[in-house]
Amino acid sequence: MKAFSELFTRIDQTTSTNEKIDALVHYFSIADDKDIAWCVALLTHKRPKRTVRSGELRDWSVEMSNIPQWLLEESYHIVGDLAETITLLLPKNSLHNDYRLHSIIDALIDLDGKDEAERKAYILNMWRQLNGTELFVFNKLITGGFRMGVSDKIVIKALAKFYDIHENIVAHRIIGKWDARHTSVKELLAQTDVNDDISRPYPFYLAYALDTPVDELGAVSNWQIERKYDGIRGQLIVRDNQLFVWSRGEDLMTDKFIEFHPLADVLPNGTVIDGEILPMKNGEVLPFHVMQTRIGRKNVTKKALQEAPLMMICYDLLEENGEDIREQPMQVRRKRLETLLEETGKLHNHLPLVLSPIVECHSWVQVADERLRSRELNCEGLMLKLKSSTYKTGRRRGEWWKWKVDPYSVDGVLIYAQRGHGRRANLYTDFTFAVWDGEELVPFTKAYSGLTDKELLQVDAWIKKNTLDKFGPVRSVIPELVFELGFEGINPSPRHKSGVALRFPRILRWRQDKTAKEANTKDDLLELLNVQ
Amino acid sequence: MLSFDDNGIYCKQANVYIDPWKPVDKAIITHAHSDHARWGMKHYLAVHNTIPVLRYRLGQDISIQGVDYGELFEMNGVRISLHPAGHIWGSAQVRLEYKSEVWVVSGDYKLQNDHISTPFELVPCHHFITESTFGLPIYNFPDVDTVHDDINAWWRQNKEEGKNSVILAYALGKAQRVINKLDVSIGDIYTHGAVDNINKLYEQQIGKLPLAKRIDASINTKDIQGAMIIAPPSADNTPWLKKLSPYKLAICSGWMQLRGARRRRGADRGFIMSDHCDWAQLNTAVKATGAENIYVTHGYKSIYAKWLQTEYGLNATEVETLYTGEQVEGETDITKEQQADEGI
Ligand SMILES: [Zn+2]
Ligand SMILES: [Zn+2]
Repeated sequence: MKAFSELFTRIDQTTSTNEKIDALVHYFSIADDKDIAWCVALLTHKRPKRTVRSGELRDWSVEMSNIPQWLLEESYHIVGDLAETITLLLPKNSLHNDYRLHSIIDALIDLDGKDEAERKAYILNMWRQLNGTELFVFNKLITGGFRMGVSDKIVIKALAKFYDIHENIVAHRIIGKWDARHTSVKELLAQTDVNDDISRPYPFYLAYALDTPVDELGAVSNWQIERKYDGIRGQLIVRDNQLFVWSRGEDLMTDKFIEFHPLADVLPNGTVIDGEILPMKNGEVLPFHVMQTRIGRKNVTKKALQEAPLMMICYDLLEENGEDIREQPMQVRRKRLETLLEETGKLHNHLPLVLSPIVECHSWVQVADERLRSRELNCEGLMLKLKSSTYKTGRRRGEWWKWKVDPYSVDGVLIYAQRGHGRRANLYTDFTFAVWDGEELVPFTKAYSGLTDKELLQVDAWIKKNTLDKFGPVRSVIPELVFELGFEGINPSPRHKSGVALRFPRILRWRQDKTAKEANTKDDLLELLNVQ
Repeated sequence: MLSFDDNGIYCKQANVYIDPWKPVDKAIITHAHSDHARWGMKHYLAVHNTIPVLRYRLGQDISIQGVDYGELFEMNGVRISLHPAGHIWGSAQVRLEYKSEVWVVSGDYKLQNDHISTPFELVPCHHFITESTFGLPIYNFPDVDTVHDDINAWWRQNKEEGKNSVILAYALGKAQRVINKLDVSIGDIYTHGAVDNINKLYEQQIGKLPLAKRIDASINTKDIQGAMIIAPPSADNTPWLKKLSPYKLAICSGWMQLRGARRRRGADRGFIMSDHCDWAQLNTAVKATGAENIYVTHGYKSIYAKWLQTEYGLNATEVETLYTGEQVEGETDITKEQQADEGI
């Protein structure tokens, strides 16, 4: 635990990727196999089952630190993280024992099913022996959500460096299902083939938003240009006559997509396709919210299947006849993807697979024009992929770019403010905005990000001086400040007074040049809904 | 005897304000931080050794009277004296006594001894006005010497890695506190102009500090290597700071107790060092004054007042003021004009 806490501290105290990698490599060199397995598992979001409820942690910590419950709740609201709050509230210890990371996790897992007295005795006993970072790490192990400021990419790089194995192979091996309690990382990485877990997906290759002028990308002819669809990015895997569908969040979602089930018998074994899952009818893409309602449901009804039939728009082929072809250039993979879909299409009708069409352009001007058509096609923009690019892992710059259309924007009036959590505990940073409905202001969205630190301070000071009313952590303020809000889409929502719900709302800028009266109206929002 | 109005904390009998935020005739100033010492008062009164800073910040021509700690003076029958608050050098609490009723306005204060401020003096009273900047049980500040050791160790480590060390600390108080305990055997110390200006006043009024060079036009930043640089928070993200690359950045503040506060600032390191009371210090001070009536100002007012009511049975009320507490985000240390001077 000491070594792992030191690793945590080192990573916590640097923003440099290389220093984080070095810290991990150092840890791998001193920790034993069982601890390494848990370290890698925790950093790649594989958590042990939770065996202590947060209500119990609250009760026990209040008891041990001798403060009233309400004060713990107030403290938690400011800190924003229960594990950290408890760490700060518990009395300091003089006792000190060192435990191994895996033995603590084993003990926590073993609490499952034990009665409250036994679980409480274990936790309190540990609280009496740990201090500072070790206590914090321990509490984090209980509450989960362990984030150390380390991306999968950094873990992969560190493992690749320490074990001297290619990054792509490392990435593939540690993604998907494996049990940290019974697996050693060394063995996991040494496996010669992927058959041990036939469901295992490849790590997704993600693009950055284009941040250079498009005409500086060189000849258009070097680029494969596709539409950027607004659905669920997923990987469709057929191995051993079984089908697996993974989402980008690395959730196995096979059961949600009944339409794809026949593919298990249609696609050749050893096929992995990267694509976008979305609702399509008569060859046209339906708006995102049509699918959202369907995905949310537990059981897929016949009606839902008819209203929102799902397809996959196929972007890329990652595995062909059991062979990992990610190191082949884009144009080769594309050819093979085309052939695969063509061949299977000849044998079977009505497959839920569509090839992502290539947008043929001969100049960047033409590309720019095509981008502007995105919204009418229910797309988010364009994808630019270098024809020579291999399929990499994680978010990378340079060879793949997403070029989104500009977001919608609307001017809203600030009416409520709430203190931020954690990082922004002392500032009012969570805002609710309203638009005009006749003489009345109706709230239509919340937004957090978008202002500079300096603006946040100014707005915070303004809020404190212009509060109308306080209820709990929320203040209502004089409706005076106007902000331009950007968003990616708009859905009808009877639950909201405004009748709409925004997708990915954020603050674009503070319109100090506008008065509240000049903000947008509810009708303006409903209009956007219709345009879409 | 005291009331809170739109201008500040007011004593009607003496016709004087304490740390007012709007222009008034007579103002007693607890300390020279800009949320407590503002422009536009016809007449100021403060502890002797804080006068040069007040003149530096508010103008050389202000009308100001100086007193010593503990020196008793009278204003229309009200007996008034100023006592050490331990917040920064020259900071004071104000004691007012009238018809055997005693009030104490503590301004900003702490019980920890920082080795540069005259330590906090306990002043028994009936009515105690306290800040609550860190009035939550999550704030438990570490021992002062340990933090200084950590700072020196961090500096040594950075130097070994061929990097400069930059500490952001507000110019009045915190900066002197940090410099005072730096281990000069590690390397050179440099200061931002805004810090150097206050350092000079400190050395005139209080005592010597370890040698620190002001970064001005005569200094070639290429020669600054493995050094410690002390700058005000406003220097963050400026070209001035970039020129000191490669460097590691640390912030010294009580807010650094929370991981989120440090991460938001994008600092490499946060040293928990505050000129305010933590939870335990607040409770110790409030209880020790013996006051029955507590007025809780800037900070976690409502939470702390509720705690005093429910746990200690005190008559605690929250008071709205325009004081801002410990600054890391914004800047109370430097005026616009000074920023222009320093070219930041
Ligand atoms: Zn102060
Ligand atoms: Zn203050």
